[in-house]
Amino acid sequence: MDVLMGLGGSDESIKTLRRTIERTREVDDDLTVAILEKPESKRSQEEMREQAEELLDGTDIDADIVELEGDPGSALVDYAEQGEFDQLVIGGGTLSPMGKIQLGPITEFVLLNAPTTVKLVR
Amino acid sequence: MSGTRVYPDEPSGPFPSPPSTFEDGEGRTIEVRAPDSFEEVIDDVVEMYDAFDPTDRAQGIPPTGEERIRGWLETIADESINVVARHDGNVVGHAMLVPDADDPPSMDGEGDDADGPGPGDIEWELAIFVLQEYQRAGIGTVLLEQLLGHASDVGITRVWLTVERWNKPAIALYKRVGFETTGGESFEQEMAILLD
Repeated sequence: MDVLMGLGGSDESIKTLRRTIERTREVDDDLTVAILEKPESKRSQEEMREQAEELLDGTDIDADIVELEGDPGSALVDYAEQGEFDQLVIGGGTLSPMGKIQLGPITEFVLLNAPTTVKLVR
Repeated sequence: MSGTRVYPDEPSGPFPSPPSTFEDGEGRTIEVRAPDSFEEVIDDVVEMYDAFDPTDRAQGIPPTGEERIRGWLETIADESINVVARHDGNVVGHAMLVPDADDPPSMDGEGDDADGPGPGDIEWELAIFVLQEYQRAGIGTVLLEQLLGHASDVGITRVWLTVERWNKPAIALYKRVGFETTGGESFEQEMAILLD
C-alpha cells in the first residue's frame, strides 16, 4: 500500500511518525512523509526532517521525505490528490486536561477533503 | 496551548454557591453540594457514570465500564473542583473543573506568591454531565451556576470548555451563564468565561 503521512511539529506528530514507521515495517508499505509548514509549532520543518531521517535511518524503509509549503491541511490533501496514494495518515488528536479528545482544524480539513482513506493515529 | 485562549473582557457573576436544595422541573427534590474532598463522593459518582447512556458521551468521556470510569476520575480528581447533584441520595449530576497547568496549584494560595501559582493564575477546564432521566429539568443550569459560584469562592477566574459544535442546547446553556466562543473551532467549539 502507498501511504502518505502528514507530519507537523508537535509531540503528537513524533508519536504518529514512530507508529507509522513500525506499521510500515510490519506490512512492507511504501511510505512518503510530508512535512507540513506550521510556523506556530514547536519544531521547524528542518528539525522535523532531521527527526524523520533519524527515525528512518535504523530501518530498511526507503521513504520519501517532502516538505510542503502553505496551509498544512490544504497542502497535504492537494499532495495526496496529485499522487497515487491509498491512505493518508495523520495524528489522531490530543487529550485535554479533562481527558477529552480534541481534533484540530487541520484534522477536520483533512477528514472532510481527502480523496483517500484517512487514518488517525492514537 | 495555555495562555493563548481569549477570555471575555467583562467578568460574569456573581453565581450562587453550594449547598442548595431545589425542586426540578419534574417536581423532584435535588440537592447540590460541593464535597470537601472528591474521595467522599467518588463511589457514588462512579455509579452515576456507570449508569450514564454512552450515546451521550462527548469527545471520549465518560469512558465506559466501572473500572475505566474510576481510573479516569482518579487521574483527574486530585486537584479538581467538584459539585454533585443528588436525588434520593443518588448522584444524578456532576460538574467539575480540572486545572490546565502541569504544576498543580496550591488551593490555599491567593495568587502570586512564592508558593507557586494559585487558583486564579491558571486556567480550568469544565465538564458537566447529568444522568439521562434527569435531563431537561433545569438541573444542568443549577449545577453549572453552583460550580461557577464555588469556583469563584476559591479564587478561580478563568474557565474554559469545549463542546461538540452540533450540541446547540449545551452551547445555548453555556452562553446564558456568560461563556463566549473563542477562536478555537473545529469539530468542537471552544468557549470561555471570566469570573469575578
